[in-house]
Amino acid sequence: MQFMASKQPENSLLGPESDSQRTLYPYVTGTSVVALKYKDGILMAADMGAFGFHSRSSSLFFSCFVLEVCCFKRPGSYGSTLRYKSVERMKPIGKHSLLGASGEISDFQEILRYLDELILYDNMWDDGNSLGPKEVHNYLTRVMYNRRNKFNPLWNSLVLGGVKNGQKYLGTVSMIGVNFEDNHVATGFGNHLARPILRQEWHENLSFEDGVRLLEKCMRVLLYRDRSAVNKLQIAKITEDSVTISQPYSLKTYWEFSAFENPAQGAIGSW
Amino acid sequence: MENCRSCVAIAGADYCVIAADTRMSTGYNILTRDYSKICKLADKCVMASSGFQADVRALQKQLAARHLIYQHQHNKQMSCPAMAQLLSNTLYYKRFFPYYSFNVLGGLDNEGKGCVFTYDAVGSYEKVGYSSQGSGSTLIMPFLDNQLKSPSPLLLPAQDAVTPLVEAEAIDLVKTVFASASERDIYTGDKLELVIINAAGIRREYMELRKD
Repeated sequence: MQFMASKQPENSLLGPESDSQRTLYPYVTGTSVVALKYKDGILMAADMGAFGFHSRSSSLFFSCFVLEVCCFKRPGSYGSTLRYKSVERMKPIGKHSLLGASGEISDFQEILRYLDELILYDNMWDDGNSLGPKEVHNYLTRVMYNRRNKFNPLWNSLVLGGVKNGQKYLGTVSMIGVNFEDNHVATGFGNHLARPILRQEWHENLSFEDGVRLLEKCMRVLLYRDRSAVNKLQIAKITEDSVTISQPYSLKTYWEFSAFENPAQGAIGSW
Repeated sequence: MENCRSCVAIAGADYCVIAADTRMSTGYNILTRDYSKICKLADKCVMASSGFQADVRALQKQLAARHLIYQHQHNKQMSCPAMAQLLSNTLYYKRFFPYYSFNVLGGLDNEGKGCVFTYDAVGSYEKVGYSSQGSGSTLIMPFLDNQLKSPSPLLLPAQDAVTPLVEAEAIDLVKTVFASASERDIYTGDKLELVIINAAGIRREYMELRKD
């Protein structure tokens, strides 16, 4: 892994504090990714928003970036500035895998560069073999864990899905290297809000349509309840023979519930 | 940091039972309900681990690699006491940046007798008749002490540490102990995975636990 080592400063543990360039807080972050196995492969959903600087809601990522000792002054005292609204957080990796990411967008882009190189070097053998989702997931696990051991984590939760030789694979890695496989996974807020729905409704023989419907149900709940979610999302599908990532689209929402209109009504003593 | 809790091992005269629940969590969040914490290291040697999952995985990988080398060099499987020493050395090698993992190792020794080794994160270890690690151990260990009453290690001449139970009784005890622990320990639950090693080989059993 020369391509990684060369990027690391040699003094990563010993240098004076002022030399350190570690990510202490994420800077531009994306929110949940939700994914599940269905009859013919894997379906994955992620919205396209990315929050800059201080986003208040996300319990995982209090976004403010501190570079070495000097702290960036936040441009706005509260609220979320700098929002990117068409960030693609799901990418195909090689022929058999699909990667989704939440957390720091720039770290995700760096991971994509590592993977591009990995896949390229693998192709150069030209031996008819190719890395499957299991191998890619294992590679990501090692990269994430290695960086946490250097106290310089890549600030992401990653979801890796894929199909190879008829075997479906769905796994996840956190920024400190915790990893597992499951029939359905979700990152960040999705862990709180989407997984309970998935646990209740998921089954082995989900059709494509039912899978998409289930993902949309999860994404709608996230949209209502996770304030860093935006109503512009993509759904990606990977099967034995192809990867497709949908065009961005919106979900139908309904905000006219009376409890939404005047949420404080009936709560005595509040505004 | 603490993702996996509660594992138990009991050694008998001709068997060894190693068990752990399959819940993996971060904080109050359950990540998955079906994660095996029991790792087969050699034909007659398995390890159950609690602690930080990423460290545990790294440790299991390291041991698997070392065991592969051993097999190439000696053309045989590593014995359980040898693996116990290797595990200790592997943990101590990272004494100043430890693997945050708390393990119990169980298996059969060269005479086919059950043995259990219990560890801390930096490699201190002890051969015992039964042991438990993880957050559930505060509930499990006193129960095992009460039921199994191991002879004091101070006795002279040294007494054998293996438990007097027969295999089926030990399996029953482990199941009871986990059913009890999952009542009070919120990090223990979902499913119990038991690995039973005896002269016939290795077999696995499962039992459902509380899911809340």
